[in-house]
Amino acid sequence: MATCDILPNALCSFPAIGDQYIREARKVIDDGFKGIVREYGFVIDAVTQPLQVFLNSFERLFTGSPWILVLIVMLAIVYAGSRSIKITIGTAMGMCAIGLMGLWNDAMITLAITTVATLIAIVIGIPIGILMARSDRIQGSINPMLDVMQTLPSFVYLIPVVVIFGIGKVPGLIAVVIYAVPPMIRLTNLGIRLVDKEVLEAADAFGSSSSQKLWNVQMPLALPTIMAGINQTIMMSLAMVVVASMVGVGGLGKNTLQAIANQFFTYGFMNGFALVAIAIIFDRTSQAYGKRLQKHSEIVHG
Amino acid sequence: MASHGIEIKNLYKIFGPRGRDYINAVQAGLSKAELNEKHGHVLGLKNINISMPAGGITVVMGLSGSGKSTLIRHINRLIEPTFGEVVYDGLDICAMSDNGLREFRRHKTAMVFQKFALLPHRTVIENTVYGLDIQKKPRSESTKRGRYWIERVGLSGFENHYPNQLSGGMQQRVGLARALTNDADILLMDEAYSALDPLIRVDMQTVLLDLQAELKKTVVFITHDLDEALRLGDKIAILRDGEVIQQGTGQEIVLAPADDYITAFVKEVNRGRVIKAGTVMRPLEGSMDGLRVGTTTTLESAAKEMCEQEQTRALVVDPSGVPIGVLDLQTIVSAMVTPAKTEIPKLAAE
Repeated sequence: MATCDILPNALCSFPAIGDQYIREARKVIDDGFKGIVREYGFVIDAVTQPLQVFLNSFERLFTGSPWILVLIVMLAIVYAGSRSIKITIGTAMGMCAIGLMGLWNDAMITLAITTVATLIAIVIGIPIGILMARSDRIQGSINPMLDVMQTLPSFVYLIPVVVIFGIGKVPGLIAVVIYAVPPMIRLTNLGIRLVDKEVLEAADAFGSSSSQKLWNVQMPLALPTIMAGINQTIMMSLAMVVVASMVGVGGLGKNTLQAIANQFFTYGFMNGFALVAIAIIFDRTSQAYGKRLQKHSEIVHG
Repeated sequence: MASHGIEIKNLYKIFGPRGRDYINAVQAGLSKAELNEKHGHVLGLKNINISMPAGGITVVMGLSGSGKSTLIRHINRLIEPTFGEVVYDGLDICAMSDNGLREFRRHKTAMVFQKFALLPHRTVIENTVYGLDIQKKPRSESTKRGRYWIERVGLSGFENHYPNQLSGGMQQRVGLARALTNDADILLMDEAYSALDPLIRVDMQTVLLDLQAELKKTVVFITHDLDEALRLGDKIAILRDGEVIQQGTGQEIVLAPADDYITAFVKEVNRGRVIKAGTVMRPLEGSMDGLRVGTTTTLESAAKEMCEQEQTRALVVDPSGVPIGVLDLQTIVSAMVTPAKTEIPKLAAE
């Protein structure tokens, strides 16, 4: 570069810390981390063990049952949730197409981990959301954490997860849950905070205790918003399940990763289609269910 | 259930983070404007003393910002007082523990709200039994009571509708049924009818009066409408800028307004519906016969009766039927059109 002739070298190419220092710093940090992980290995195992059992049993349930049984149960759930023949038929067609392409087993693995991740995210997210709605201080301290979780690119999540938990299904599951839980927390909090002040006052005036207020008024009225949170959580865990194939999660995501690495166009396309089909099924069903919950507000006097 | 009156004594409310710090200054005479200007606190209520009779309707009237909604919320302590007492059945509500207060709200009070405040996800019947749900009464029992009150407020057949499917007037009937199902002695009505259109409002007033004649609850009714206050109130307290400027029966307020503010208010009132025969009658002149009206008959209905019977005079009789005065059309007309003079007619008939 011509300008570099007249500028001092330090202003032209960025003066990096010497390789030597970085190497040493890396060694110290890596060793420290590994030491901690090794030291507290039993704690980490104790935490991941139940998850492992939970995930494995779901996976066995999904992959071990005959496909026709899984399909029937799935269609029953879809119909019960959406009360829509259209969505149910679409689900049947999508799942049959997945089966015909020979991806049934992989789809079941993906379905299992998505289900488990969503359940865990709901179980963690709703109580935290309720706590946030009850206290501005808790909201103030949790919000920045959620901001960080939502701004981190999904690949970056995998680094601490892999360092601490290693490679495998369970670390993948943990990464998925961390990625998918923020909308659950945020929308639970928002839903409760948006409940009409007048109705809350009425609940107080009739002598509600705070738990009666929560279960009789706040949760039911926040439910549509919470359902939107569950829908978001499902979509995000499905997206992250694909990314988490990089740390050893199997299923459709792994196939997609292989297809990308090897430029298998058709194979990649088929897996992509299967993922999209599952995503649409989840999305339609949960949205239709959420809408059905709001039935009371749709019929308006007139 | 025996009713008890509510005594509000020296009640002050100062809104702001350090309201308590200014209570002495306010008691010593710091004005609302000064308090706001110097200390940034708002004086909501100032030295309120009202005795609300048991089994009667006390109307608190005032324009917006007068503190009337703040006042009613002190009776079930939805708002914490800064100073003073609200005594019901020998207990100071302001000194109750959290548990005691919750029990008091569950069993002694029921409230009807201006904007109805129904639970949108519950049907009419489920809304009606809400108070009983809170008391953990079994649904089998509460539904029976709920249905009874739904019928009494005229909503039979709408039990399984959602509030959104009903008109404003019907929603407020649900609000009223919900409050009545609680079977509480105190009924608090916070501008309950202000959001309704005039015809429905009169209709709902009639519903309340009919029910009250039978139930004899201690009702506290908030309104900004003097006509409504005069129609419903056994006792009326007029609030302005957080202070009671006059309290008494409707007749007392119409005949002897305490200041220009109230005078301006009562000018537009239909006096014939407020002033009673016993108040304006003239002394008996010898023995007379003819039409008889009670001392508490309003001038309007007395005049109506006299016109129907083509009489120009009527005897005013006390409850035992003994004539105590005489009323003629001339007196009635002049009482109905004359603005209040300084001379206050005797109110002993009350």
